[in-house]
Amino acid sequence: MSVTHMSEHEREEIETHEQRALGFWLYLMGDAVIFALLFATYAIMIPGTAGGPTGKDLFDLDNAAIETALLLVSSMTFGFASLQVKAGNRGAVLLWLAITFLLGAGFVFLEVREFAGMIARGAGPDRSGFLSAFFTLVGTHGVHVTMGLIWIVVLGAQVALKGLTLPVASRLYRLGLFWHFLDIAWVGIFSIVYLPGLL
Amino acid sequence: MEHQPPHALRSYLIGFVLAVILSAVPFWLVYTHALPPDRTLLVIGIAAVLQVLVHLRFFLHINFTTTPRENVLALVFTCILLFIMVGGSFWIMFDLHTRMMI
Amino acid sequence: MFGKLTIDALPFYSPIAAGGAAVTVGGALLVAIVLTWLRAWKYLWTDWLTSVDHKRIGIMYIVLALIMLLRGFVDALMMRAQQAMALNSGGYLPPEHFDQIFSSHGTIMIFFMAMPFMTGLMNVIVPLQIGTRDVAFPWLNAVSLWLSAAGAALVMVSLVIGKFSTAGWTGYPPYSGIEYNPGVGVDYWIWAILISGVGSTMSGINFIVTILKRRAPGMTLMRMTPFVWTALVASVLMAFAFPAITVACGLLALDRLAGMHFFTNAHGGNMMNYVNLFWIWGHPEVYILILPAFGIFSEVVSTFSRKRLFGYESLVYATAAIGILSFTVWLHHFFTMGSSANVNAFFGVMTMIIAVPTGVKVFNWLLTMYRGRIEFHPSMMWSIGFIVTFVIGGMTGVLLAIPPADFLMHNTTFLVAHFHNMIIPGVLFGYLAGYMYWFPKAFGFAFHRGWGLGAFWCWIIGFYLAFMPLYLLGLKGMPRRMETYNDPTWQPYLLVAASGAAVVLCGIGCMVMQLYVSIRDRAKTRDLTGDPFDGRTLEWSTSSPPPPYNFAVIPTVGDREAFLEMKEKGIAYRRPAAYEPIRIPSNTPIGVILGAFGFVLGFAMVWHIWWLVLASGFVMFVAVIVRSSNDDQEFTMSASEVKRIEDQRYRQLGSRA
Repeated sequence: MSVTHMSEHEREEIETHEQRALGFWLYLMGDAVIFALLFATYAIMIPGTAGGPTGKDLFDLDNAAIETALLLVSSMTFGFASLQVKAGNRGAVLLWLAITFLLGAGFVFLEVREFAGMIARGAGPDRSGFLSAFFTLVGTHGVHVTMGLIWIVVLGAQVALKGLTLPVASRLYRLGLFWHFLDIAWVGIFSIVYLPGLL
Repeated sequence: MEHQPPHALRSYLIGFVLAVILSAVPFWLVYTHALPPDRTLLVIGIAAVLQVLVHLRFFLHINFTTTPRENVLALVFTCILLFIMVGGSFWIMFDLHTRMMI
Repeated sequence: MFGKLTIDALPFYSPIAAGGAAVTVGGALLVAIVLTWLRAWKYLWTDWLTSVDHKRIGIMYIVLALIMLLRGFVDALMMRAQQAMALNSGGYLPPEHFDQIFSSHGTIMIFFMAMPFMTGLMNVIVPLQIGTRDVAFPWLNAVSLWLSAAGAALVMVSLVIGKFSTAGWTGYPPYSGIEYNPGVGVDYWIWAILISGVGSTMSGINFIVTILKRRAPGMTLMRMTPFVWTALVASVLMAFAFPAITVACGLLALDRLAGMHFFTNAHGGNMMNYVNLFWIWGHPEVYILILPAFGIFSEVVSTFSRKRLFGYESLVYATAAIGILSFTVWLHHFFTMGSSANVNAFFGVMTMIIAVPTGVKVFNWLLTMYRGRIEFHPSMMWSIGFIVTFVIGGMTGVLLAIPPADFLMHNTTFLVAHFHNMIIPGVLFGYLAGYMYWFPKAFGFAFHRGWGLGAFWCWIIGFYLAFMPLYLLGLKGMPRRMETYNDPTWQPYLLVAASGAAVVLCGIGCMVMQLYVSIRDRAKTRDLTGDPFDGRTLEWSTSSPPPPYNFAVIPTVGDREAFLEMKEKGIAYRRPAAYEPIRIPSNTPIGVILGAFGFVLGFAMVWHIWWLVLASGFVMFVAVIVRSSNDDQEFTMSASEVKRIEDQRYRQLGSRA
């Protein structure tokens, strides 16, 4: 769509989209600071096991591997949804969003199961500083993913009801930024928490 | 709407494959303990950094031409800040750990 | 049903506490009665509480700040009185009460006076100075305001229901942890900060996008006003530093609520990490506060010296340098915690380096005044008073930056004097200068100069009386936060300090009179041109107050002093051939609703009323989803309506147009 054929309203809509994309990106940068400080806190507190279980005692490499796969595939499937938004295929967008949702929900399910298991074994976040840091870092990520799942549902409803209007597409773009960012955070988590913990 | 150029699909597929490799290698090293722990940690670290770059480039499509300058600047600034905050925290807290026994 | 909340939460255990509660409740009732008597509730709701207009939001921020200034100042008066009389005696305040007062004083002044004051001034002025109609995210702007108000409300409610924290405005664990502080005080503090902190983070993001993406055509970065530059850098600091305090207070909350061990003595906690995390935010925070004040001084000094600002480029680079350096000095707040010499030395050197760009700025202001034609408007007086006084505080800062010296003076009244010497002449004088400078723009009538000058003289004399003795006391070894002491040589100094507080009280009285007299006489002092001081920047090109859309036609900018250039070229008040309809964001109740339920959420967290936590959280969640699914958030003001407003403007301009 060339600029000369755009109406004033369309130009303003695009400017709005760019401003919202930048604003959301800045929020993600702030979120990156939060995660970074949680990572730093975790690393500082690895020795703080207070005679209780360590990572080696608790972490399950298979579980982490499956979670990694689920999230990584979901990033790809969200990418497919993004492509379908650009192509204007409403049904395909909903399909790829649904698949992304299922993969993300699977991730959250596995994580909740992992946490519940640890708590049942007396290795909850109140057992030691190390575990407080673990649960908070990984749990914060999990809460973010859960928010993303809710967001997928809300936007899915918007796509179904309003179609792929510019505002809806703009929101999907920001959800995409969020979703990919969470996968980046997960790379940090398995690289700093699970893999070194099991060395 | 416009016909979608195949590059964009390729971007996600290449990114996915690279990310799988960069995840699989560190996981495999930890599964098998093939290398001594120090080396493994180094590989984990490098693979993580590379994978983050893969995500930024192939999933988030960040580059120095089409991405708005403010967004790239924000990312660079954040990386600098993270280096200062995390690096500084490590230096401070491990120094304190040595001297204050916490 | 009510968690930990019982009738015992009411402050009947102490007459002073009951008095504080009575004043708070009485004040709120008084406001409600006045509003009812004026039949102003509907007007308040439709024109203010649901507004998303940056000018209205800015004014409401400043109203919040001024109210909280009164509250925080009462705390100061009480502390000065206590310390003046507490030689070998308990004074009139028991220790636990005194501890709450110094904690609330700091918390209120930083989070609920300085931050809202700054955010308010940025809100009113930045969009006008960059030639745009509103900020990038008007609704988010309103949400930020109401979340800040919710935080302030939590602090105020702690006067009536329960107690406030006794852990200082910094809340260090393990004292602030659940084991040593099982009461509600620390929780009030945590949730007030967490909730208002979200608002501040969003404001930072909002202004970064506004300034980077919404400038008028022709306004390159190096043509922005100095205030906009400092607002930009301060906004960057807000967006990137507040996440750190969210982590610090959030982890403390997890320790207190969920029995975690981030900062506990036992079970592998590391309380030094809290100090580290807190100050990663804490140091950039003071630069968030001071940079916009520096920007205001740049504008005021230039306008009232009738001279182009000297060294604009160096001011911009100094601002950017201060911004980045502010993230590299935070350990100087805890030199004495036990780091090695190398660590302390590094941060000490960085602290000294950061003083340099500020020095550059001082020279720029002085050189702007040199050979100018100075008008001693109250704002100019605040600026001159700032330059003289702030430099003293800066020098004591460089002294404290030397770790061995800091070992002697850390947590003495020397430190207290130093930071008040930075914040009062720096931050507060700057905001008061901006407040008195831009008042006519915001309201359309003059701000009484005589009472403004009176306020200035009382504040500056009161400041010197109150804080210079504290430097000397610190050198004599008096620690901070003392409820009682037994060294008789200290008392004379504390008496002088108390007298200073009394003089500042007169200054506040002058500020109240200034408002009263100005409002009373407003019909006689109407600002008809919008440009009462022969201003140089774009905000003075609009009417006072500006119309809802700010500019009927977005200006094109050719120079750093955009409005001066327009006046010199004779194009300042040119009427356009025709007017276009303008899209304006609609009012919405969702901002104030989020604030109200944010307050309820915080209150429920404090008192462990879990069902209420879930309920209010759910309402907030749904409100956000509803709002963000709404595509119809603007209305169109017709071209004829715009013309009507503009015609009235040109009639008022009279001969100038």
